[in-house]
Amino acid sequence: MSKKDLEVIIATDCGSTTTKAVLIEKKGDTYRQTFRGEAPTTVEAPFEDVTKGVLNSITEVEELSGRKILDGEKIITPNNGNTGVDIYVSTSSAGGGLQMMVAGAVKAMTGESAQRCALGAGAIVMDVLASNDGRADHEKIERIRQLRPDMMLLSGGTDGGSVTHVVELAQFLKAADPKPRLGASYKLPVIYAGNSMAQDKIKDILGDRTALIITENLRPSLERENLMPARHKIHDIFLEHVMQQAPGYPRLMKMVGAPIMPTPAAVGTMTEKFAKANGFNVLAVDIGGATTDVFSVFSEVFNRTVSANLGMSYSISNVMAEAGLANILRWLPFDIEEQDLRNRLKNKMIRPTTIPQTVEDLQIEHAVSREALRLAFDQHKALAVGLKGVQQERSISDAFDQTSSGQSLINVMKLDYVIGSGGILAHSPRRTQSMMMMIDAYQPEGITRMAVDSIFMMPHLGVLAQISEKAALDVFYHDCLVRMGTCLAPKGLAKEGQVILDWEVTGSDGKKENGQLRFGDIVHVPFDAPKAKLVAKPAKGFDMGSGPGNRVEADIEGGVVGLVLDGRGRPFNLSKEPGKRRDNLNKWYKAMGMYPV
Amino acid sequence: MPCTLLKKKRLLPIPGQVLAQLGQKVEALDVVAKTELPGKVFSVNVANRLAAGPEEVKGFMLKGEGDTVKKGEIIAENKPFFKWFKTSVDSPVDGTIEAISDVTGQVLLREPPKVLPIKAYVKGSVVEVTPNFGVTLEAEGTFIQGIFGIGGETNGEIVIAVASPDEDLEPESIKENYKGKIVVGGKHASLSTIKRAIELGVHAIVVGGIHDRDLRQLLGYDIGVAVTGTEQIGLTVIVTEGFGSIPMAEYTFKLLSSRNGEKASVSGATQIRAGVMRPEIIIPGFPKNVTECKKDQGRGWIEPGDPIRIIREPHFGVIGTVKSLPSELTVIGSESHARVLEVLLDGGEVIVVPRANIEVLEK
Repeated sequence: MSKKDLEVIIATDCGSTTTKAVLIEKKGDTYRQTFRGEAPTTVEAPFEDVTKGVLNSITEVEELSGRKILDGEKIITPNNGNTGVDIYVSTSSAGGGLQMMVAGAVKAMTGESAQRCALGAGAIVMDVLASNDGRADHEKIERIRQLRPDMMLLSGGTDGGSVTHVVELAQFLKAADPKPRLGASYKLPVIYAGNSMAQDKIKDILGDRTALIITENLRPSLERENLMPARHKIHDIFLEHVMQQAPGYPRLMKMVGAPIMPTPAAVGTMTEKFAKANGFNVLAVDIGGATTDVFSVFSEVFNRTVSANLGMSYSISNVMAEAGLANILRWLPFDIEEQDLRNRLKNKMIRPTTIPQTVEDLQIEHAVSREALRLAFDQHKALAVGLKGVQQERSISDAFDQTSSGQSLINVMKLDYVIGSGGILAHSPRRTQSMMMMIDAYQPEGITRMAVDSIFMMPHLGVLAQISEKAALDVFYHDCLVRMGTCLAPKGLAKEGQVILDWEVTGSDGKKENGQLRFGDIVHVPFDAPKAKLVAKPAKGFDMGSGPGNRVEADIEGGVVGLVLDGRGRPFNLSKEPGKRRDNLNKWYKAMGMYPV
Repeated sequence: MPCTLLKKKRLLPIPGQVLAQLGQKVEALDVVAKTELPGKVFSVNVANRLAAGPEEVKGFMLKGEGDTVKKGEIIAENKPFFKWFKTSVDSPVDGTIEAISDVTGQVLLREPPKVLPIKAYVKGSVVEVTPNFGVTLEAEGTFIQGIFGIGGETNGEIVIAVASPDEDLEPESIKENYKGKIVVGGKHASLSTIKRAIELGVHAIVVGGIHDRDLRQLLGYDIGVAVTGTEQIGLTVIVTEGFGSIPMAEYTFKLLSSRNGEKASVSGATQIRAGVMRPEIIIPGFPKNVTECKKDQGRGWIEPGDPIRIIREPHFGVIGTVKSLPSELTVIGSESHARVLEVLLDGGEVIVVPRANIEVLEK
């Protein structure tokens, strides 16, 4: 069947606890998501067969849609009237996802490149080994031995450069004799993507002991990263080795019409497609119970990081440990004893499925979420950087504007779109809560549109985008994104009460809104037009994206929240005086109508 | 009093030798399987030490790959024209030469393997042997799960140190003769109580609640993710209800009291993500007046009349009975739409609580 003929698509995402199915149908010229179903994932005992959960979730779609999709345990293809689908696609993060260990000669160079490569492929990076990572040799060997990754990515050296470090790492790897996580009797898959001159030596050392796969160097020169060949190999091995060991996956692989993707890889693909289609710089975040994934596309460069222990239930206590209690307390508009807060967060950790019943308890979770989002974003900024170790040619004029190599690619002033997903952002009782959590955590500058993926459909759409980009983008715009609106945040500092922005917005329906923003205030303007024109005139010393004091005209979006004019200044700091801080928080939360009074 | 028929897998992390046989009766401290863990690997940069090229190293080695060496024994030396310029490299450990590299000039040495024994942990009989890895044991007895714990597996005699489940376990309640015992408290154990128990050599404390701040002081760090069991603080702590000061469930306290003075196996190991593991107390053998062990299947759903405990603010720790289970979604105080239940409290008051925020108590 040609791609043009796709009319009915069924897609599943097999998560660690839930398998979600969505039905996508072509209505006229546009693809729309029409029905969805879900069922518990069945990777673990007593079922130990992922396809059971898949079939259950599809059965629910059948019942809701009236379309017959299954013939016993087979998916009927192609679609014919009210029977069958044209293709079935799936992603998976069940069974702990794809867990990898990576190694590079120099931590900040090939080590980082290898980390970016594995993360971009959808992996959780368990550790980054490097010749200069500060650990003694025997500690590195012990670490390799303790961790049982699904596969390992070994890089090191530019093509034609030194072979010593990468050979040393290979020898450590051999001495550790690592075992894969699944299937103790199999050899650990090792992808070698380092100095091409060392390939023969690597084969001699690791050829017998591991399932060695050699591919192109991921850092052929200091000035260039070449991550795609190694990423493709990671996906191949994910399908050939890792998935084959997971319960039921060999059967699932026969059911699908396109290769199964790791869930984060699919979300990354969708983020990239969306950014490319609109020419946007995009930040997407998925905050779960255990982990937070951050994806970004800045100047067409894609990056992904996963903060393995920042989350809202299993990892809630780790957010407290990493952020510090004071940073959580600073977002609360009321007093709470440290001991009480500590016990509450630990109780959520040990009983992760409980939900906040009171506004106070909800505000505590929202405070933790701001810190989890902030910390995961900090980690993302640290990895989403330009290549380090690159020699830069400088002219005399550059000497006054010294910048080092390896600067973060993330620039919040140039950020066009933020997409949030995960329970705390997607299912907050009021959308204003989700938008403010993201504004407080990311502190966007200038003009930033914001949305949430309320049913976490980005995985399904990412894997579908491999087959039909149009179908994926159609559904993404119409059924996946819940547009919240736009944040307008002038960059600069002033005295409280001073006018810092004059603004006017004209919606596509001709509706006009205008006003002034004073320093220290937040103004919320309900505005739901999908497209609008903004004219913003920042005061002297304030920047909306065109330089301090310069007028800006831009296309923006309204949405379920509308416009949020954030006059708290950038950099934004909460008052250190507790009474003033609480008064400010109460003022801002009231302006946004965030919580019941 | 009920009893439980439970199975425990006791497996080695890597293949080894299984020592127990099918049908064999084992005691908690018996070793059922053992293996040798490969020794640690150390590297010595012989090329650097001898100021030679990596390709020359093999020529300077006095020992070859696979040879045994003693700590301090010379493994390589150069051959200078003048004897007094001679430099030698000695072994930093007892072990064997694992590899000699002519690319890096490094020599890898491996320490001798270490024996890793796996104990039975629970008194019972071997019902299955997994060749090269270990055994599955079956035991009948009292089985109680906690909610959170720290510290690994241990054994000892149960001693009830409080008069009721809502009494605090005070430092002075820990007597000198509690050494090696499993001490059962009531609603709360403070840092000073736990410290006294460690000093006196108590093997484990089982209590309703502890404060997180005390846990931090005890460990020296904040537990971020609930994966525990490897802490080495001198004893195992099992919390049955949660963080704070919360009376131990009446049922749990009664069950433990009925086995006072008997030997138990306990483990604090907790893992809340991916394959949930909760801390446990296992007391092998039948409780008094019980001759047959019946597997309790549990009902799997809640019904009006069931006793429950609320496990989240604003009623954390409160006990009541289910009055009704409305089927429609209800807007709760936080404005979320949630499935709820009505709970009848002791004084006759009825409150509404999200179903996610309760635990059914055993009768």
